[in-house]
Amino acid sequence: MSRSSSRIDTKKVNSELVTLTYGALVAQMIKDLDNADDVSKQLERLGYNMGIRIVEDFLSKTGSGRCLDLKDTADKVQMAFKMYLGVQPNVANWSAAGDEFSFILDSNPLTELVELPDDLKNLKYCNIICGVLRGALEMVHLDVQSWIVQDQLKGDSNTEIRLKFIRRLEDSIPAGED
Amino acid sequence: MVIYGVYIVSKSGGLIFNHDHNVPKIETEKTFSYPLDIKLANENKKIIVEFGQRDGINVGHILYAINGIPVTGGQLDDGRDAMQVLENKENYPISLRFGRPKMTTNEKIFLASMFYPLFAIASQLSPEPKCSGIEVLEADTFKLHCFQTVTGVKMMVVAERMQAGMDILLKRIYELYADFALKNPFYSLEMPIRCELFDTNLKLVLEQIEKSGITNI
Repeated sequence: MSRSSSRIDTKKVNSELVTLTYGALVAQMIKDLDNADDVSKQLERLGYNMGIRIVEDFLSKTGSGRCLDLKDTADKVQMAFKMYLGVQPNVANWSAAGDEFSFILDSNPLTELVELPDDLKNLKYCNIICGVLRGALEMVHLDVQSWIVQDQLKGDSNTEIRLKFIRRLEDSIPAGED
Repeated sequence: MVIYGVYIVSKSGGLIFNHDHNVPKIETEKTFSYPLDIKLANENKKIIVEFGQRDGINVGHILYAINGIPVTGGQLDDGRDAMQVLENKENYPISLRFGRPKMTTNEKIFLASMFYPLFAIASQLSPEPKCSGIEVLEADTFKLHCFQTVTGVKMMVVAERMQAGMDILLKRIYELYADFALKNPFYSLEMPIRCELFDTNLKLVLEQIEKSGITNI
């Protein structure tokens, strides 16, 4: 999509297909684990495993280099949201120290056709995104924490995903990059 | 325009992929009479030509076969010792096949892990801070191009010295790696890449670049 030379366009699919497959996955996990907290945890893990792979795709297709500050990181993750989910989140609510910020999504393709039943009110339905963020940033040597602050499924006006920078993973930085 | 091979080294320095592309096979078969006018030596379980270069048999080539019987590890396949056969006058005239030594997989793994510290040393030797490490290594017969991704994976291409556009090829290999290795759910990270789709697509790109240049990969 934002390939530097726009000769090949990444394949696009209807976002409803993503919504439905993801919905099927979560529904199946609820059946298998019947505990909303466990499901949230597993979704995060699943996302992590996706993140450590998808980051290479992002890097190879955008050709972007290493980030030198968190603002840079925020911009690039914003670009990644556009590439993989087709939505452009706003970056907002920076902490004073500049180590924490939020992605605010007006519409979330994962929750488009979803309403949460009453007994699953504590399910973090889009926790997979938090996992992806953590996994992808870990591969580029940034240790971060990510969690959902606001959720459209729980009556908030938009979805807010908070990201907190913990540290740079110095020992995993390869030679020639430090 | 020749590309000799492609290597991928993982973040921890192990060889996870190698592909020999277009290495011309050089083998010469010739009949010799007694005494042998080429000096042979047994080195590392291989019989190599030590001195006396002629008729396409070069110093450094190894003995592949005697009278059509393959030689492995200094022994003929029928159990006789190759050096003893060559010393015996009764065996002459004898037909010997020599060729360029081929690297075994083990040797490749060894060399790949050797490159890893070299790369690290290069980036530390630099007089300027923030050095990228080895990007091109040039020799009289080839050029090695290396590209390290932000995540630490190294893509390497060994090519003819005049071959142009290798940096674009390296980026393209990275894309193939992201597409066909990492999106394969049965591929686990840091393990050797054994994905057929990756192989076929890589070959396609290499052929394309050799045939029509770098413009349309």
